[in-house]
Amino acid sequence: MTYAQAAALALQHEMTADANVIVIGEDVGRGGIFGQYQGLQARFGAERVIDTPISEAAIMGAGVGMALAGLRPVIEMRVVDFALCGMDEIVNQAAKNRFMFGGQGRVPLVVRMPIGIWDASAAQHSQSLESWFAHLPGLVVVCPATPQDNYSLLRAALASGDPVVYMEHKTLWGLSGEVDVSQTATLGHANTLRSGANLTLVSWSKQVQACASACEQLASEGIEVELIDLRTIWPWDRDTVLKSCARTKKLLVVHEAVQAGGFGAEIAASAAEATGCRIQRLGAPRIPVGYAPVLEAQSRISAEDVAAAVRLMLKSSR
Amino acid sequence: MSLEIQTLTNLYRTMVRIRAFENAAETASQGGVSAYGKAADGSAKVRGPLHLSTGQEAVPAGVCAHLQRTDYLTSTHRGHGHTLAKGADLQSMMSELFGKASGTNGGKGGSMHIADFSVGMLGANGVVGAGLPIAVGAAHAQKLQRRDSITACFFGDGAINRGPFLEALNWARVYQLPVLFVCEDNRWSATTASGPMTAGAGASARALSLDIPAVQVDGNDVLAVHAAAATLVAEVRSGLGPRLLHAITYRVKGHVSVDLAAYRNAEELQAALKTDPIARARAKYLALPGALAQELDAMEQAASDEVTTAVRIADAAPWPDAASAFTDIQNTGVGQWR
Repeated sequence: MTYAQAAALALQHEMTADANVIVIGEDVGRGGIFGQYQGLQARFGAERVIDTPISEAAIMGAGVGMALAGLRPVIEMRVVDFALCGMDEIVNQAAKNRFMFGGQGRVPLVVRMPIGIWDASAAQHSQSLESWFAHLPGLVVVCPATPQDNYSLLRAALASGDPVVYMEHKTLWGLSGEVDVSQTATLGHANTLRSGANLTLVSWSKQVQACASACEQLASEGIEVELIDLRTIWPWDRDTVLKSCARTKKLLVVHEAVQAGGFGAEIAASAAEATGCRIQRLGAPRIPVGYAPVLEAQSRISAEDVAAAVRLMLKSSR
Repeated sequence: MSLEIQTLTNLYRTMVRIRAFENAAETASQGGVSAYGKAADGSAKVRGPLHLSTGQEAVPAGVCAHLQRTDYLTSTHRGHGHTLAKGADLQSMMSELFGKASGTNGGKGGSMHIADFSVGMLGANGVVGAGLPIAVGAAHAQKLQRRDSITACFFGDGAINRGPFLEALNWARVYQLPVLFVCEDNRWSATTASGPMTAGAGASARALSLDIPAVQVDGNDVLAVHAAAATLVAEVRSGLGPRLLHAITYRVKGHVSVDLAAYRNAEELQAALKTDPIARARAKYLALPGALAQELDAMEQAASDEVTTAVRIADAAPWPDAASAFTDIQNTGVGQWR
């Protein structure tokens, strides 16, 4: 099953279990532009899988109103870059509602904002903005890396009762993998993908793949890296990450987002404060994503880049 | 008692309660915020920006008289009148303005976020126009759930120049939702007159361009608002889709309570004060056969007493527990504050 199909299956199961779960957004009736809603309108009807105008503020704000009135909307933003047209509705309304009204209301919703560099899509369709949303009290931020996680974490996000910013990666839609529908996931729990004593490597979303390749290469050189897929950006799994850092004494955080002000900085600073470990970040330079292949490549982090960063950290610590 | 007398009496009671509430809040708020050349001096009991609806009471009174408890209402930053007219508890509201634990929001929101979900009042909002998309979402849920309730969405003349106004009206018409849009046109956008900043004929013209029936009314004539809203609410409730009421009123006070609005033409204010909705309602009432001035006097006295008591109780009430700064934020990740 693909990453996109896993998400559609998760929604099918949630919508079957709870009539209050609905979908709103552009093109969702046709299955979404990435197939992530495939088959849902045929199964549940146009009243529950609702095609909308290109009105991000209204899509997001209506989602808040629906949630306050007892529905559990899944809100499609197409790409995170478009979600910026609904920022007041996400930041000032969805995230603040429960607190500022003294707990009178709840805003259970999942807003899907696909991230990442994708097929020469240039500066306005390629961003990874997870750190923006992690900065905001009231929001949960999830970045699934595998079909299994896209199934299990999407269900967990809907069950949480919170406003959840759910960020799939646009180049992962076709990724195939086993999906065990009985497997549940807990928001805020990371996955340790491989153990190693030499260095802790933390990543999420598509960048986990580059990190896994790098770990293979490094293992052949005798370097054992502990690779952690963070999965949830907020709340992030401090326990798993900090325990690993305390063992390895070295942390490298890798993400596709711009390094400056990225969420890697938060993890690195926390690890240094708590464990005194050495820290290093690897993210994109602070440049807009360019169109021509040679320009776009300047924003990408490859497995070779990750491996080189690990080698440098280990070399300089000797 | 004639129906007209009864209607006017009820509307009058709502209006004088709002007026008394606003006057008391205004008094308690002086020195509460540093802005408009004033400095916060620590003496205010009602802190922060306080947006008063003094002089605009006829709009919420006339509209909310047709709403049920199960109907929803979204409001603006100038929302005390909407909240009171929707049936919220005045004491809890005053306690919220004072920031106390017994306030409607437990002291977490204050004036700008006043809300009482128990009566369907889904919140005042610090962002101009932000209530519009939320209102259509609530109305969308009402329609999907086959409820017979509706949503009333209050906003100001400033909001019609924000994108969410267009998006929400379009949305409401596309899905034929049970929502009544109420443009409370007080003719001022903060410290700028709205007229020169608004192209075309305003809220009702824009609604009509989207095929949403709209009615313009003298927003300081409570019976006119009441009559117009009666028709519109009935149409919305019967499933005919969204409607818009454009009520033209006037913001008697400044943008916030410490703003004396000296930028305003004095003649404009004097002319507006002559159309005060409470004075006009009184005159109308007294012209009716069987009217008794002392009935209205008694209502005003009762409102004044109620507010005086509310201020005393709110002032004496305990602050929220500091620990409540960490509650009701989200379910996931509680305890991970850094």
